[in-house]
Amino acid sequence: MKIKGAQALVASLEKEGVEVLFGYPGGVALPIFDALYDSKQINTVLVRHEQGAAHAADGYARATGDVGVCMATSGPGAMNLITGIANAYMDSTAMVAITAQVLTAVIGTDAFQETDTFGVTLPITKHNYLIKDARDLPDVMKEAFHLARTGRPGPVLIDVPVDVSRGEITYKYPESVNLPGYRPTLKGHAKQIKQAAHMIAKAKRPILYVGGGCLKAEAWDDIAKLAELAKLPTTTTMMGKGAFPETHDLSLGMPGMHGARYTNYAMTQTDLLIGIGVRFDDRVTGKLEAFAKNAKIIHVDIDPAEIGKIINADVPIVGDAKNIVDGIIRELKKMEHKPITGEWLHKIAGWKKKYPLHYHMEGALKPEFVVEQIYGLTKDRETVICTEVGQNQMWASQYYKITKPRSWVSSGGLGTMGFGLPASVGAQFGRPKAAVFDIAGDGSIQMVSQELATAVYNNLPINVVILNNGYLGMVRQWQELFYDRRYSASDLAVGTPDFVKLAEAYGAIGMRCTTPEEVAPALAKAIASPKCCVIDCVVEREENVYPMVAPGASIDEMLGGVPGGSLDEMLEEEGWE
Amino acid sequence: MKHTLSVLVENKPGVLARVSGLFGRRGFNIDSLAVGPTDDERLSRMTIVIDGETHSLEQVAKQLHKLINVLKINDLDPGESIERELMLIRVNAQPAVRAEVVEIANIFRAKIVDVARSTVTIEVTGTAEKTMGLLDLLRPYGIKELVRTGKIALARGSKEEK
Repeated sequence: MKIKGAQALVASLEKEGVEVLFGYPGGVALPIFDALYDSKQINTVLVRHEQGAAHAADGYARATGDVGVCMATSGPGAMNLITGIANAYMDSTAMVAITAQVLTAVIGTDAFQETDTFGVTLPITKHNYLIKDARDLPDVMKEAFHLARTGRPGPVLIDVPVDVSRGEITYKYPESVNLPGYRPTLKGHAKQIKQAAHMIAKAKRPILYVGGGCLKAEAWDDIAKLAELAKLPTTTTMMGKGAFPETHDLSLGMPGMHGARYTNYAMTQTDLLIGIGVRFDDRVTGKLEAFAKNAKIIHVDIDPAEIGKIINADVPIVGDAKNIVDGIIRELKKMEHKPITGEWLHKIAGWKKKYPLHYHMEGALKPEFVVEQIYGLTKDRETVICTEVGQNQMWASQYYKITKPRSWVSSGGLGTMGFGLPASVGAQFGRPKAAVFDIAGDGSIQMVSQELATAVYNNLPINVVILNNGYLGMVRQWQELFYDRRYSASDLAVGTPDFVKLAEAYGAIGMRCTTPEEVAPALAKAIASPKCCVIDCVVEREENVYPMVAPGASIDEMLGGVPGGSLDEMLEEEGWE
Repeated sequence: MKHTLSVLVENKPGVLARVSGLFGRRGFNIDSLAVGPTDDERLSRMTIVIDGETHSLEQVAKQLHKLINVLKINDLDPGESIERELMLIRVNAQPAVRAEVVEIANIFRAKIVDVARSTVTIEVTGTAEKTMGLLDLLRPYGIKELVRTGKIALARGSKEEK
């Protein structure tokens, strides 16, 4: 039986188990949206801007572990997806983006709403396709989902000209893919695994440094087993939050630019850094020459290109994090390994006590306090925390202790303001029972506030908590510290809407908090409410995120927070070697 | 140091853009790039000459491998591979000096492929040393136009059989 290309596309989405598609229609996309109209399986969610579609698909993928799907029309529609695709690429989110394209016959003629979407998305996709013959469609769909979800996941874009959507084909969905150039290495090298285990057994000051790759590999239980077996202090990067409970005794929380003093001291003094599913991002390492300067390095990643890219590993292991961590555990058990990290743990415990994350309650409402209140009210229930980008994101990272995988959705590599609200939409679709929060700033939320409409008309009980300081807070913080307080183009106080009224205009519930006492009741009301709620927390205007490592500095040289010197000064003061 | 990469890719639309784009994005410089289909028309072979430190060469190869359409990458050892490029040179050759120009071409086993009133066009094939050597000798006569293919290379059969 012959069916139309658009119907084949939708049937393929159904075969891949797609239940939600975030999209926005337009001229040449109409055949596909028409086919979606008939789908009983796929809920087509109309966002209010294509960027929201891509971020929602991203949030959905991160909160569920499934592939997120978004769709836009040609030209402007496709271009509006770009930020969201780039964001997914940087954070290795499994995503399939479908864009419509003008007639194949007019491609290259600057036709109405024509853009070279294939060319534009080359550098920001794991792979991309421009389908020129409807008969290729089933294979392309199969390959796209396979590529998006396997190996190092990432976004795959499929550009579908309108005549391909309209064309008739005999449809049969392939059972397997034929990709001779794509064979991700999953199993780690046995000898390297053994060597890693030996180094872990001998290390006196090891650190387990866990990133987003461990979430993609679903290696959280294995990471916990390894940490507990070898008594390894464990730091989770911002992308790795959820791969190891931050409430665990062995947890060091987040490292790097806004890591706690104790975390960064430990990262600097370690003799063995065990990086798993991490990419030694500059926000983690600070000045490279000083980073973990006395440590041997084990680097586990599924992407061989990550190994040796930033830092040379003494033991590189390419493969799936779960397989490799399991392998290391088996080797350690064979060795009847007894951990020798007691002294190191004791030292770190001392630092934790001496240099905790810290803020002052005097003055106006503190953003850190708001995050702590959210944590207090949600830690015992299923929750997904999404964030925007900037100070809000860093306070959320520092003060919301993530204990479960797929509970943290934040734009890491690209640092995309405006990610959080649409990502919350996606997360809530994927996890209907979870309390979904968007911890936002007054700057970020204004980039995407139109998606409140998407939340409201879909009855999503998302809770948007705006840490409203009337500034582009992180920009202002850098200007204060590094640009002589010259607040160029960062003051939002004038012109920002009344967020309570804005929420109400969209049919959401709006609340405002200006004092600490108002926060918990407002949050409780929001959590209990079946509606989308926006809580405008008017916070201290010039609160900074501390501690902070200045860009380019060594991560043990931190500004702010509980006062402390560099690691060398610290060790001298404490009388260590 | 220059490296010659022999890259086997799927012969599909956009593959050249993927490869050349990747080099540009990652800040790797391409000296030359030659591409054409292999005996199996579904595959193409690219010969890419890059200028790179060993460290970045490893990154180049790893990043190239990440492209779905790239099947195989060989870093060719100059001692164990055959390297050729083809150059067409249109050089001034007024009747008074034409014999000299032809003689130089002959020494290099180059061919005269076109003759006009005041110029000849010479085709030369060989290693870059040879083609550049000929070019140096012809330069005093006045080079009117020049085109070169960029290097193509294959590992020696003895190397493949090892």
